[in-house]
Amino acid sequence: MGAFDPEVPSVVVVHRKRRNVELAMVVFALLIGLAAYSLVPLNQTGRLPANLPVVATVWFGLGVAAHLVIRFRLPYADPLLLPCVLLLNGLGLTMIHRIDIINDPPTSGATSQLLWTALGVGLLVGTALLLRDHRPLIRFTYSLGLVGLALLLLPLVPVIGTEEFGARIWIRIAGFSFQPAEVAKVVLAIAFSSYLVEKRDVLALAGARVLGLDLPRARDLGPILIVWVTSLAILVFQRDLGTSLLFFGLFVVMLYVATERPGWAVLGAVLFAAGAGFAVWGASRISQLSHVGVRIESWLHPFADIDQNGQIVSAQFGLAWGGLLGTGLGLGRPGLTPLARSDFIAAAIGEELGMAGLMAVIVVYALVVARGLRASLASKDQFGKLLAMALSFVLALQVFIIIGGVTRLLPLTGLTTPFMSQGGSSMIANWVIIALLLVISHQARKPAATRLENALEDEETQVIQTAGGAR
Amino acid sequence: MNRPIRRVAVLCLVLFGLLLGNGTYLIVVRQDSLNAHAANRRVRDAEFSQDRGAILVGNTPIADTEPTDGRFGYQRVYPEPERYAHVTGWYSYDRARSGLEESYNTELAGTDDSLFARRLVDLVTGRTPEGASVVTTIDPAAQRAAEEALGNRKGAVVALDPRTGAVLATVSHPSYDPNRIASHDIEAANDAYAELAEDPDNPLTNRGVREIYPPGSTFKLVTAAAALEAGREPDSEVDTPAELTLPGTQTTLGNDTDCGDGRVSLDRALQLSCNTAFANLGTELGADALREQAERFGFGTRHLPDLNGAASTFPEDPDPAQTALSAIGQFEVAASPLQMAMVAGAIANDGVVMDPYLVSQVRAPNLSTLRETEPRELGRAMSAENAEQLQQMMVNVVEQGTGTNAQISGVEVGGKTGTAQSDLDRNPYAWFVSAAPVDDPQVAVAVFIEEADIPRNDIAGGRLAAPIAREVTQAVLQ
Repeated sequence: MGAFDPEVPSVVVVHRKRRNVELAMVVFALLIGLAAYSLVPLNQTGRLPANLPVVATVWFGLGVAAHLVIRFRLPYADPLLLPCVLLLNGLGLTMIHRIDIINDPPTSGATSQLLWTALGVGLLVGTALLLRDHRPLIRFTYSLGLVGLALLLLPLVPVIGTEEFGARIWIRIAGFSFQPAEVAKVVLAIAFSSYLVEKRDVLALAGARVLGLDLPRARDLGPILIVWVTSLAILVFQRDLGTSLLFFGLFVVMLYVATERPGWAVLGAVLFAAGAGFAVWGASRISQLSHVGVRIESWLHPFADIDQNGQIVSAQFGLAWGGLLGTGLGLGRPGLTPLARSDFIAAAIGEELGMAGLMAVIVVYALVVARGLRASLASKDQFGKLLAMALSFVLALQVFIIIGGVTRLLPLTGLTTPFMSQGGSSMIANWVIIALLLVISHQARKPAATRLENALEDEETQVIQTAGGAR
Repeated sequence: MNRPIRRVAVLCLVLFGLLLGNGTYLIVVRQDSLNAHAANRRVRDAEFSQDRGAILVGNTPIADTEPTDGRFGYQRVYPEPERYAHVTGWYSYDRARSGLEESYNTELAGTDDSLFARRLVDLVTGRTPEGASVVTTIDPAAQRAAEEALGNRKGAVVALDPRTGAVLATVSHPSYDPNRIASHDIEAANDAYAELAEDPDNPLTNRGVREIYPPGSTFKLVTAAAALEAGREPDSEVDTPAELTLPGTQTTLGNDTDCGDGRVSLDRALQLSCNTAFANLGTELGADALREQAERFGFGTRHLPDLNGAASTFPEDPDPAQTALSAIGQFEVAASPLQMAMVAGAIANDGVVMDPYLVSQVRAPNLSTLRETEPRELGRAMSAENAEQLQQMMVNVVEQGTGTNAQISGVEVGGKTGTAQSDLDRNPYAWFVSAAPVDDPQVAVAVFIEEADIPRNDIAGGRLAAPIAREVTQAVLQ
């Protein structure tokens, strides 16, 4: 880059819309989902599912509707995001249905999950229709921040907060349970982004210089400390390692990107290490932290107590039983692993589609993240950059934490697998993330010189030299 | 802001890379051990639903599978359950496996590497995979004779072919019905297992191979072999006082038979099983010579791993009194009936110890032989010349000593009785080991009776155990 400011492009790149590519990929992804759904009964009984026409209609209707809305409202949006997400969503639905029919009588998890998917797609449509541009969101910094923190802490409120599987991360109102952290993830990413864009110059002011690192000023530490304390509160009082790790990791990375100061990243890592160290130290001493010790023990030595660690052990057995190519859809025993349809859906995928299938799923996630980060790099405004980066990173981190936990790379912490795990809050939150990424990528790829838009619409990507860009 | 975003992209790449790397590690390094884990229900259920191979005696299955309509498709069946329980072991859903069902599990289940090509063919042609069958060395007549002769007594019989080491019979009483543990009614199977496991008579224990007991006077064969190897002759005389004060103690040792109160030949001492003579001999030879001789017969090593055989022991560092007691098979000397059959067999086989084996062949479902056991020498326990002398001494035991009950008309049988008391409050153990015919050995037998319900004297082995050895020997020779 040399002396040139990297923020000011010397050329204007006009992207192709590539909507037809998206349509082809969407149809491909929808077909894979439908084929997977048909394979389950085909493998088990040799017959196609009786409701195949209905399912195919609903499923293609959803996918094509989403595509059409993007085509007309966000024509420059990234063409890969929607097909990737539909692929993941379809596999998730199939796997939930496949686990449904283990039960006698079959449960209806897949039906409600399909409704949640429809709601997610509805939110995508709504976002595309109402919020064609992400920039207005910058106005709601503090209200969104408060809402996000409140959502995070909501499960601690008596009466509506409920504890399940040892973690207090659900709220239950009128028989309807909800995991507010998933929504808080999106709300806080927006709030952090606008806050940091507003304050980045102040935060980037060098404080003391220690060991070659520019540390922030003490009074700028306020927000990071609030987030740190909130994360610890989640860890201690909600017993939710995953969410705590997710939010803190997200905030530290956003601080680093906003200020471009590694000092923040180092400080964040130190604070995280201190928090984690405290949790491990406290595991055997403080009853509120005993769950941390259990998690670490069942990570390091799951086979020492198979009854207690039955879930992670069963997931390992499932992955080994599936081997490289898997047992085939409908032919494995994913039902042996408790929570196979939610936290452990990655193990079910690995068992029936094989490690090769699970790796393909991981790569699809990586593609989504890569396209999100691309939108971030291409975005022309700092808020868009930061928000797209944050949303992509939080997806990556969440996938890493949960799939890493299921495959015993990390201690297991309860998080949902985006677009796959059963659960409404997670489904709609992640669809909103994709909606926002689509909006940002549309804004980023939309030609700045709008008057040329029509002329260049259907041509190859053009490089148009600006007046000063003679190099 | 683009530079930190690129770094975040690299971080994401690392995170995804770690996930993929860990997945690779799981499949490449950990898959096999996870699939072999006993708690792995997926593997267990799949195996339980398989057309498992048969375990055969001759061409008759002693463990087989039959198709059923139930949940698993195939039921394991043991046609002669009690007689062969300690050979086949059991095959259960919740209670693992034992015996050949355990040691040949991969072959029987068809998952062994030797069946790989066949599995591929099955996969392509859609044929139901079948396991290999395992052919044992058991002689059905000998097994029946051993079972019937042992009757209701607690104890064990092991018969070997001394020339090859092939196990011709192995019976342990009380026995059990493995069909009950193999039941598809998992609860009933678990109850049956629990009942057997808690039974004070330990029916699940293979007394012939898995347990070691004081061998009593049958160990005098080892002491005699050591003496011959040290240069003694059958007619060398040994001091045999009526009462011997054990060196360095006030404890006295007597004889259970009339060995006089003076000197006796080695040959005569074995015939009458004179305790004081062999105790003196042990003191003269020393613990090291005795241990070395015992180890040359196979003590200190586990034999018959197919049935998870136990190693017989000779004490580590006995004092002189303990050495004297060890020489007559007391103190901490302990041997499995299998080991004692090996001792008799090695003497009959002119001093060469053969490695005992129970499985002669593994056959693929199309009857082609996948594996065949070749008889294997473990080593030489004594010179052929000394072995022949000891054979004659054993013949004398049966013809004119304590072992007359083992006589078979027209066959030269060599044997040795034994009675061992590990605990004064309980009945003694009765032993008899034999080999026949001496000039062309075809069978070596060890009989062990856990509770000989007669007062302790050296005849116990001769009276109770010798007839059983005779029945088994006759069954083999006919």
